[in-house]
Amino acid sequence: MKNEFQVIADLIEKDKKVLDVGCADGTLMKFLKDNKNINIRGLEISKEKVQECIAKGLTVIEGNAEKDLKQFPDKSFDYVVLSQTLQAFLNPELVLDELLRVGKKAIVTIPNFGYWKVRFHLLFKGTMPITKTLPDEWYNTPNLHMCTIKDFFHFVKSKDIKIFKSLALNNLNKSIINESNLGVKNLFADLGIFLIEK
Amino acid sequence: MNTEKNIKTLIVNKPLKLDCGKTIKDFPIAYETYGSLNSKKDNAILVFHALTGDQFVTGINPVTNKEGWWSYAVGPDKAIDTNKYFVICSNVIGGCMGSYGPSHKDTNQKIFGTNFPVITINDMVNAQYNLLDHFGIDKLFSITGGSMGGMQVLQFISNFPDKSKTVIPIATTSSHSAQNIAFNELGRQAITADSNWKDGNYTSNETNPGKGLAVARMAAHITYLSKKGLQEKFGRKLQEREDLKFGFDADFQIESYLRYQGSVFVDRFDANSYLYITRAMDYFDLAKQFNGNLSEAFKNTNAKFFIISFTSDWLYPTQENKDIVIALNSIGADVGFVEIESDKGHDSFLLDVPDFLSALKNFLDKSYEEN
Repeated sequence: MKNEFQVIADLIEKDKKVLDVGCADGTLMKFLKDNKNINIRGLEISKEKVQECIAKGLTVIEGNAEKDLKQFPDKSFDYVVLSQTLQAFLNPELVLDELLRVGKKAIVTIPNFGYWKVRFHLLFKGTMPITKTLPDEWYNTPNLHMCTIKDFFHFVKSKDIKIFKSLALNNLNKSIINESNLGVKNLFADLGIFLIEK
Repeated sequence: MNTEKNIKTLIVNKPLKLDCGKTIKDFPIAYETYGSLNSKKDNAILVFHALTGDQFVTGINPVTNKEGWWSYAVGPDKAIDTNKYFVICSNVIGGCMGSYGPSHKDTNQKIFGTNFPVITINDMVNAQYNLLDHFGIDKLFSITGGSMGGMQVLQFISNFPDKSKTVIPIATTSSHSAQNIAFNELGRQAITADSNWKDGNYTSNETNPGKGLAVARMAAHITYLSKKGLQEKFGRKLQEREDLKFGFDADFQIESYLRYQGSVFVDRFDANSYLYITRAMDYFDLAKQFNGNLSEAFKNTNAKFFIISFTSDWLYPTQENKDIVIALNSIGADVGFVEIESDKGHDSFLLDVPDFLSALKNFLDKSYEEN
């Protein structure tokens, strides 16, 4: 299991009710279910991935976060997880609002467009950056709204969303992001992980 | 037990009050079982059949000598694995494969015909509930069925919220749509317009309203397929001829196919049963039973739901299945949902659709492991 998932799992206490939005093949769901006795649900748009989740014995709903989150009642989950998908929605702001409506807390991770390798790629190669967390070409990437850790940090603040924890991840190194080190983390972190609440 | 034509029958002595207000008692329910009930009695699956199905789910149907209607899904090592699970299915009341229906005789030894009480999906599942007592099963492992079978699944768990661990409605609806009522009415009109129908008082096989029933079946059969499926299978292919004959014989293969479907159907199905069962489907509106709030129907159950629809099913489209998912999610129920890609229309659930069968198998087997 990738390090990101371990960090997410560490943010969630045992026996909670969790919704994994864009749960893919259910790797994180399975881990949470088996190791933390989490009452876990998934929402996934890909039919193939849904089948993989069913084969793992996971409860998953085939659907689209932009349309299908509205069926869940307010605060019906302790945590709602959205891993590296926010930038792929047509309207990320709306999805973020929905995550915070449905979940008492939300855990959102974003691939950081401010990462130094991304900046160097664009600066020196002059082509759209391709990195481990951004593996696709410009013409086939699902990402519509790339942002940096700094962008996301400012964005949630401007929406009066409470940040409980913000973590920077670079390979295996996890560190805490705060107002004073934001610039540095924005340069050296590949991934940002935010535990938020509204 | 009635062993006539290999039909097993349970006589229900307990009076059953029907939605129409009448009460029936000492009535037969014809059923069949597959696999064996384990000592803990926790491996039973109650399967509900669709409009024209019966209790003979798999293997050779001893009455028609044809494959059971869900042979692709049910059997040893299949999606519903009879090596593992004990499968029970019964003919719905109002039906014509041994359960109490319009072809039965009343206390004066006169065939009911249209004097048989109008039954509902609710009546059907209340009647079938008696099978649990018969087998000494406190809680089923699962209930499942497609189409009208799915309606019975929904009604069953609403009536008996703690009687099944898992619930699998397939290609169904919680409320019969205007379009579906319209198609059913077309079928009923075809039957009642046949001069042999005689207000339902036909008796022998020679004078039954076979033509009307065949037309009803042909019309319905079209609704079970998809435009794409029909086009790919038949297109404009001609039936055993080089060119058009400029007449009204079956020039096209699709015509011949539908005529065949109609003709084999009348050999095994009773026209009055067709009227009764389609009526029960039309009357089905689970939300209405709960003042328009479908979620209320499921609020007392902790069962795990898995809902399945098919992309090309325009009779019970994905959205109608999703409405059930939405109602369940709004009360925090444990519900999974998948829409299976298939060109085979509503009939997909009866056919060899590997993604469907593997999803069904995985859901059941994984849920059973967690038992």
